[in-house]
Amino acid sequence: MGANCVDAKVNYLLRQGDNALILSQRLSELCGKGPALEEDMALTNVALDLLGQTRMWYTYAGELEGQGRDEDRIAYHRDAHDFKNCLLVEQNNGNYADTLVRQFFFDTWHYFLIGALTKCGDTRIAEIAEKSLKEVTYHLRRSGDLVVRLGDGTEVSHAKTQTAVNELWMYTGEFFNYDEVDQAMVAAGIAPAADELRAQWLAHVSDILAEATLAMPAPDAWMQKGGKQGRHTEHLGYLLAEMQFLQRAYPGSQW
Amino acid sequence: MSKEWPLWEVFIRSQHGLAHKHVGSLHAPDAGMAINNARDVYTRRNEGVSIWVVRATDIVASSPGDKDALFEPSNSKVYRHPTFFPMPEEVKNL
Amino acid sequence: MYAQMVETGLKKVQTSDDMSAEEREFQARIDAGVKIEAKDWMPDAYRKTLIRQISQHAHSEIVGQLPEGNWVTRAPTLKRKSILLAKIQDEAGHGLYLYSAAETLGVSRDELLAALHSGKAKYSSIFNYPTLSWADMGAIGWLVDGSAIINQIPLCRCSYGPYSRAMIRVCKEESFHARQGYDIMMALSKGTPEQKAMAQDALNRWWWPSLMMFGPSDAASVNSAQSAQWRIKLFSNDELRQRMVDQTVPQIEYLGLTVPDPDLKWNAARGSYDFGEIDWEEFHQVLKGNGPCNRERLRTRVKAWDDGEWFRDALVAYADKQEAKQAAA
Repeated sequence: MGANCVDAKVNYLLRQGDNALILSQRLSELCGKGPALEEDMALTNVALDLLGQTRMWYTYAGELEGQGRDEDRIAYHRDAHDFKNCLLVEQNNGNYADTLVRQFFFDTWHYFLIGALTKCGDTRIAEIAEKSLKEVTYHLRRSGDLVVRLGDGTEVSHAKTQTAVNELWMYTGEFFNYDEVDQAMVAAGIAPAADELRAQWLAHVSDILAEATLAMPAPDAWMQKGGKQGRHTEHLGYLLAEMQFLQRAYPGSQW
Repeated sequence: MSKEWPLWEVFIRSQHGLAHKHVGSLHAPDAGMAINNARDVYTRRNEGVSIWVVRATDIVASSPGDKDALFEPSNSKVYRHPTFFPMPEEVKNL
Repeated sequence: MYAQMVETGLKKVQTSDDMSAEEREFQARIDAGVKIEAKDWMPDAYRKTLIRQISQHAHSEIVGQLPEGNWVTRAPTLKRKSILLAKIQDEAGHGLYLYSAAETLGVSRDELLAALHSGKAKYSSIFNYPTLSWADMGAIGWLVDGSAIINQIPLCRCSYGPYSRAMIRVCKEESFHARQGYDIMMALSKGTPEQKAMAQDALNRWWWPSLMMFGPSDAASVNSAQSAQWRIKLFSNDELRQRMVDQTVPQIEYLGLTVPDPDLKWNAARGSYDFGEIDWEEFHQVLKGNGPCNRERLRTRVKAWDDGEWFRDALVAYADKQEAKQAAA
């Protein structure tokens, strides 16, 4: 495989790891602060699952890259412009409707992507995807179910959830806005095609929103982008400052 | 005060288990969420389990006072228990 | 402990003469080691004491998520972050098992939570202390969970069935908590001078509060004696505290750290460590609400509850709607 292709693959692996890490970090902020004890359990469960996936992606990326970076080097020693997560996952937790809608939008894309990756040409990626699929399937079942319950719950929950849908919508296009790295992965028989993925995502989201009695914003609305390329929102800097503090303040230490 | 989430009793059969065991209870607004919550609360360390949830108010229990009437007959038929019949050391698989 | 100074509501330990016929029969079952189950007859005082004890324990687990949640977003490696998340999740789970056990006694979880949020119900004093460094994660797992284990293992044999079974479940999961805490301390003690100083500082701050967890000396306590007769408290506070000190001092020495007690001395005659005076005034003040973090801890829980009301109500509304649809169908 040519050097460019390896670079593209490493970049792609980092994107997957970064998405899982940043979202896991956001969910970890909610420890002990959920609206019910059972929700606290569920949130930490998802956070833990995602963190496990992060570690698999980063480990592979580090090996492929061949510069001696391990999972912690990758997680704790890059600045915001080197992070490649999509903008959606770095959004604040907001209220619980914001948290759940963010999760649902992500889980839907994640589910279809991981499903496709289980059948891709790279055995290691397929293995990681295989291990992740059970978890991601459950995550989607849970978040979709909750969106329905909140959309079709009380007037208050309906209003909060609709607002969350409307406000987070502009971050959902980035998943399907393929750049050269994504295209290289499609060409290498790894990533699924953008329009196929987008069609699956739209179909599922529209089904759930309909069942939730929520209005779906226009699929062709203007979408934010840049996360994959390292151009983030103002949130990421603060998130990383908190997350990376110890490793930065005590460089070279073993923990 | 808002309406409380009802109480559900949770029964789990582990992958290698033969019967569902009562493991505790939790609160959930309906059966679907009770199953999901039970998975998160009671099966963190296991794979491949079967979960039953029952509304606590639906459980009908025998009264402790009935113990004798309900269970005495089987207590006195002690030959139903394998330990009643000692086997010679040399005889295996029985 | 997690349940400190539990009131029985009785002024003296009940003797045979004080008991009614039912109470005598009940006491006989306890003395014979028979488990009391949810639907069995029990004295009102036994029921009330257990509700207090179990719910205090449950509240402690739930509030206990907060001091550790404070560092989970700053965990220094992905592995440590995962382990800490799993521990916090276990704590939520333990709270749930314990509320389940308490509910078998005829009280609802919402009632118990209302008592916690209003400040009426107590939770363990230890969780009112701040977590100021990563080393605190080590100290808490090692000393706080370590103390909890010492208390909980005997409770696996307590007289009330649902509580003893909850304890068995908790104990199975708890052993990893203490170990992961000590593992953190080992890594720090073997690390840079700054890390070692961090570890010593955490030990300095958590040592005395951990010893206070066991509660004041209860040699003269009617509550403790009555609870012992009911087999819901199996060892005295002093016995458990002594066990904790004796088991932990060698662990501190292994780390190469100093016990923050100039009066600590091995007493060959007793076969145990003598240790310094505990500041019980601090303990009582913390229980009264004047600890460093009482206000924040309670406010955080109350906020989570209040902010979550619309969510809980929405799920009830949805469930009701579905039920109505099914009934109409």
